[in-house]
Order: sequence, then structure tokens, then C-alpha cells
Amino acid sequence: MTVVDTSQPPSEPARRVADFRPSLLLGEHSLCPGCGEPVALRVLLEVLQELDVVRRTIGVVGHGCYGSFVRIMDVDVLQCLHGRAPACATGIKRVRPDCVVFTMQGDGDMANEGLQEVLHAAARGEKITCVLLNNGVFGDTGGQLTATTVLGQRTKTSLQGRDPETHGYPIPVADLVAGLRGVAYVARGAVSTAGAVAQTKRMLRRAFEAQLAGAGFGLVEILTMCPTGWFVPAPDGPGYLGDSMEQAYPLGELITWRH
Amino acid sequence: MTLELLEGNDAIAASAIAAGCRFFAGYPMSPFTGLLESMSRRLPAAGGVCLNAESEIEGVNMTLGAAAAGARAATGSCGQGIALMQEAIAEAALNETPFVVFNMARNQQDYFQATRGGGWGDYRTITLAPKDVPEAVEHAQLAFHLADRYRAPVIFYGDPLLAQTRVGVSIRPLDFGPLPPKDWALDGTGGGTGRSRQIWTWAMGKATDPGPGPDRHWRAVAEKFAAIDATESRFEQAHVEDAETLVVAFGSAARFVEYVVDELRADGHRIGWFRPVTLWPFPGAALTAATTGKRRVLVFELNAGQMLDDVRIHAADRAAIRFIGGVSISESGLAFGELMDAPVIRDRILAVLAEGERP
Repeated sequence: MTVVDTSQPPSEPARRVADFRPSLLLGEHSLCPGCGEPVALRVLLEVLQELDVVRRTIGVVGHGCYGSFVRIMDVDVLQCLHGRAPACATGIKRVRPDCVVFTMQGDGDMANEGLQEVLHAAARGEKITCVLLNNGVFGDTGGQLTATTVLGQRTKTSLQGRDPETHGYPIPVADLVAGLRGVAYVARGAVSTAGAVAQTKRMLRRAFEAQLAGAGFGLVEILTMCPTGWFVPAPDGPGYLGDSMEQAYPLGELITWRH
Repeated sequence: MTLELLEGNDAIAASAIAAGCRFFAGYPMSPFTGLLESMSRRLPAAGGVCLNAESEIEGVNMTLGAAAAGARAATGSCGQGIALMQEAIAEAALNETPFVVFNMARNQQDYFQATRGGGWGDYRTITLAPKDVPEAVEHAQLAFHLADRYRAPVIFYGDPLLAQTRVGVSIRPLDFGPLPPKDWALDGTGGGTGRSRQIWTWAMGKATDPGPGPDRHWRAVAEKFAAIDATESRFEQAHVEDAETLVVAFGSAARFVEYVVDELRADGHRIGWFRPVTLWPFPGAALTAATTGKRRVLVFELNAGQMLDDVRIHAADRAAIRFIGGVSISESGLAFGELMDAPVIRDRILAVLAEGERP
């Protein structure tokens, strides 16, 4: 175990994990205080910039609160139908194989409406990167049950808490995708702590590196805070995420890929 | 001119590729399956991609993606599968992504689906209804031209006879005139410029480069379809000048009608025919002109009366309209029934003519 000598100043200045505002952000987001999605967007854009692929990137964005990001992300974007981003991304990548293609979807978009699309895109080994912003509720419509709502969680359509007898069990998307051949990289991160943000950014970087290497399909599931949809005060969002979602969806790499 | 003997599905696929189609995604369904198989066989050699999608929904959305990236792209099915694609067809009409949907239909029951659509919003779909394989070969290319010209999805409405008849055809690229550049297509080069591209039904643009927004955008789209309605309708007609009776039919059914009308004229009947080549835009003004002063306007189609609505809207005298078609499906459910036969059509026409002779 390394013992850190705290009596001396650090040998090199601390490196900043993330810029305050990457240049690919064209404006302010309009989401609720405490929302985790803008943090995920920020690190995603930073990764695209650091990999120097900005001028050949096409994003495909689904429907949820993050849908408003198409107004502030400075990359070419197709705003597609609910759930269908991996299919649209497939068409784009197949006719423009030199482009870097990613999807941005929420749990309602990917796990409810479009689970079939992401599973088949993964099994085909499409050389795209899918980003799942998982907050376990329909945030955009005000906090209803999705396929990833954790057991016991109260939502506007599971008022007594998610009960498997009535509502079934949550779907762990990253785990499902990780079970398929054709998949090059699968990881689950979060944006609830500074450390988790840094880890998530590394995951996104590896997923895009796998795409650039032509290794196959990549998925990064990112647990994001939704205090509005969880009915908790904004400052409690990260703690609530750690106590609920993170217990059901452990963080880490499920399929690792290295250069 | 060298002719090649090809099955309709194969000829249509070859013609689409000659028009520059480089992406196709579909889900097998008879009688469309042959078109998908032909694309799968032919496209890789042409430098394109054909995917057997896991559903019609994914197939049309893959196609939308490929088209958004600037490729000439197409999908297809028969009406039952195209029912599943309605959301994406409407989306493409509203976000102005051009591609072609080949409906190799089992029958003529998809007229409402093609011309009215099942998606949301103020959109229409240009629908080409060829009467035989040579015209289908032409329409396979015209469909891409119209799609690109108007940045809109176009429906090619075929049927089992077009799909499965072997005909001698000549496949070569057809020139329908100049097209605007696809400067809207997503190629990734907009990133980081502050003016990156966006394809979005709501058309709100970027924070630094605002778009028209849904109100202005959807009004503009509606106006575009109104302009298409005014300019792109196509039709064929014969013997209209001296006819007392006019028979209206589309697609393969119109070929049967044409044959029967020729027979009846040889017998001395004053009868003609009118065929909408585009089902939308419906050639309404032409039909009004053609039906002016006619005693009878007969509508023959293999369904319970779908095009009949458009004839009622546009015929000069609604009281002259008589419906002589009907639902008629083969026992397999996959093809036309016994109504698609010249003697049957002849009998139905003669029955109406005889009514008119009663004292």
C-alpha cells in the first residue's frame, strides 16, 4: 500500500478531471437543478474532443430530458424516434464507416421503448457507441416507472414502490448487452461523485477507442441523478443514487477492451 | 436495346441500384421477400449494404439513418409490415429525410395506408403505383428522384403480379433532371464549427444557430406537400373523348381494365379508362376533366372501396359513380383473388351498362 506523504506539497499540480465548460457546448442546459445528465454530456463531449474526432462525429439522440441537448451540443446530430437510436446509428455507420457514431438514450428510451434495437445492434457488432443515461424513471414526463426503476422505488405509476408482483423486475441493460457476442466494450459508470465522473469519462473514452479500432459494439451505461423524478431534494440526489440505483446496478467494466 | 429476363422483384432491385441506392434494410414477407433477397445479392457488389433487419421498425429506422447521412436508401415490405413503419415514415416526412419504401403488396388494400398514412402530423407521401414491370423499373428510379427532390419519403406501391412476373426489361440509369445538393446531410464535418448540422422534426436548431421551430417548420412542410400536390400528380387515360362510361383503376388492376375496355370498344361500347399513376398526389383535376359529361364513372379496385373516396372527391358528378370492385384475396391470403380476371371485370362492367338500359 502506498503511503502518501502529506507533509510536502504535491510533486505536480492536480490535473483537472473535466473542463468547466467544453468548447463543444453551445449554451446552457435547461434541465432541473441536481440533474446528472448535463454532467454526462459534458464528459462525453470532452472525450470526443480529446480523441480529436469532433469533425467526423455524428450523434443520434433519443427522447427524454437529454433530448434538449441537441440544441447545445456542437456535433452533427440526428434526433430520432423514441427507442430507435441504435437502428438509425446503424444506418449512418454503415454508409459512413469513417464517422464516429454514438447514441444518447435514457432508460425509458433504451430499456423500455427500444430494448430490441440496442440488443440487436450489439449482437450485430455494429461499430457504434451507445450511451445509456439511466436514472430509473421517466424524468421528462415527471417521474413514472421505467424498466430500470429499482425494486421498492416509488414513482407516479408505482405509488407504493416497485413491487415485482405488479411491476416485474428491473432490467439491467449493460448486463444483457455484455452477454452478447459482437460486443467490444460494456461498462457502467455514474455521475454522482467526482470520482465516479472521472471513471465514467475513462469508460466513455475506452468505448470510443474500441469503435475507432473497429473492435465492435460499445455501451456505456451511466447512472444519473433525477431528484425531480425521485421526489428528493436536489442536494440529496447523489446520496440517493448511491443508496438505491448503485446497489442494484454495480459500477465497473463488464466487457473490457484495451488497445 | 438488350432485354434481360428478370422477375419483377429482381428487376426493381436492379433498377433501384442503378438509381444509386446503396443501403437497403428489410424484413422478409411475401411477396416482398424476393426484393429483399435480390438486394442482398446485388447490393454488396455495387458497394452497398443490405441488412436483414430484426423487425420492420428497425429496418425503416436504419434506412432513415442511412438517408440522413446522405445515402440513397430504401426499405420495403408488404402492407402488413409497412403498417409497422408508419411512425418512421411520418417522422421522415416531418424531418425531411428522403428514402423509398417498396410496398410489394399482397393486394390493393393498402391504398388508404399509402395515401393517408398512419403517422401523426401534417404530412403526405408521394405514392407511385406502376401497372406493370417495365413501368415499375422506371418508378423504382423515379421514386428516388422525387424523394431527393422534395426531401420526403416516397412509397412505391407494387403488388404480387409486379413482384413475381418474369419480364424482359432493360435496366439503365434514368435521368429525371437536376437535383439540389444534399448539403443538409449529416457527415460529421459540422462538429466544433458552431454550425453543426441537425436533423430534427421539431427543427429548433442550435443555441447559436436557431432553427424555425415546430410551428414555422411544420407549416413549411405542409406548404411543401401542397406544392407537390399541385405539380406532381401523374395519370394515364384513353378513349375519354367519346366515352359515355369511364372506368377508374390503379396498378395491375388498371392493366386488366385496359384490356377489358379494348374488348368492349371492339363490341361497340363507348367506354374509356383513367389510371392514377400517382395515388398521392391524386390527379384530381385531371379526373374532374375526364369525368365531365360522362354518364357513368366506374371504380374498379381490389378492396372495399378506398380509391373510391378520391374519385368521389374529384369526379365531376358524384351521382355517376358506381363501385364495381371489392375485396378479393387468394386462399393463401398472399395474392389477388378471383376478381382480378378479365372476364369477371367485363361482366361487372356490362352489368352496370345494362342497368342504364332499363326503361
